[in-house]
Amino acid sequence: MLIYHYISEILFFAFIVLTFFGGILAVRSKLIIHSVLGLAVCFLGVAGLYFYLDSPFLSMMQILIYVGAICIVLVFGVMVGYTPTQIAEKHLKGKNLVLAVMSGALVFSLMTAVIFKSEFVPAAKRTGDFSMEWLGRSLLYDYCLAFELISLILLAAIVGAIILGQGGRGDN
Amino acid sequence: MFFSQTLETYLLIAVFLFVTGIYGMIQHRSFVGMLISAELVLNSAALNFMAFNKFTAPDPAVGQVFTLFIMGIAAAEVAIAISMVLAVYRRYRCDDPDDVHEMKH
Repeated sequence: MLIYHYISEILFFAFIVLTFFGGILAVRSKLIIHSVLGLAVCFLGVAGLYFYLDSPFLSMMQILIYVGAICIVLVFGVMVGYTPTQIAEKHLKGKNLVLAVMSGALVFSLMTAVIFKSEFVPAAKRTGDFSMEWLGRSLLYDYCLAFELISLILLAAIVGAIILGQGGRGDN
Repeated sequence: MFFSQTLETYLLIAVFLFVTGIYGMIQHRSFVGMLISAELVLNSAALNFMAFNKFTAPDPAVGQVFTLFIMGIAAAEVAIAISMVLAVYRRYRCDDPDDVHEMKH
């Protein structure tokens, strides 16, 4: 059975590579539509990582919501709002690039140091399991209020998006 | 030892996503690009929640519930932000954040 462990480990690294390249494509590409593509690839990689974290349900939700909804909305935003000459990013300013690289390196080194310095202790006793049954139970019993509030937030977002999007292209 | 069974691997991936998001947020010259970077940051937070949920949390449902809520809030945020970007674009005819500095046109 060990061979299957190694195969799954190779797949794990494939998902990591997918995530990395998707993230780099999302922030480095000149065309906005390529950025959206990179974002979709990155989210697919993270969905694969969720499988290794014992939650296939969250993996499916990641694909459904992030890749299926958010990326499509972003594509709509790019297609509707931008004229073709403005799809390409304008020149990248040098000052911003230096600032971005410096802050990114700073945050990366700080967080890596924190991860390797600290010790993570597993919980002494675990209740429940990773099954979907337990997830649904706690979603509808323990976290019922938050569940209802999320639906309220989504309703407010829908109404707000409709109001903001009112009017045609030439309508000021 | 398998890398897929250690907590630090997932935390490092999440750090990478977070740093990419910050980098893109500063470097991008358009509203939609900044929105994409914000999504990367949100997703890194969700991945962190899932990693701690697997390896250290007492109740394995909590992290999954939290990640589901992050997804819902991210969806609402994108819907609102895209319609705001469209409204700004209609009014100013541009989408460079530096050019949009007047409240009233």
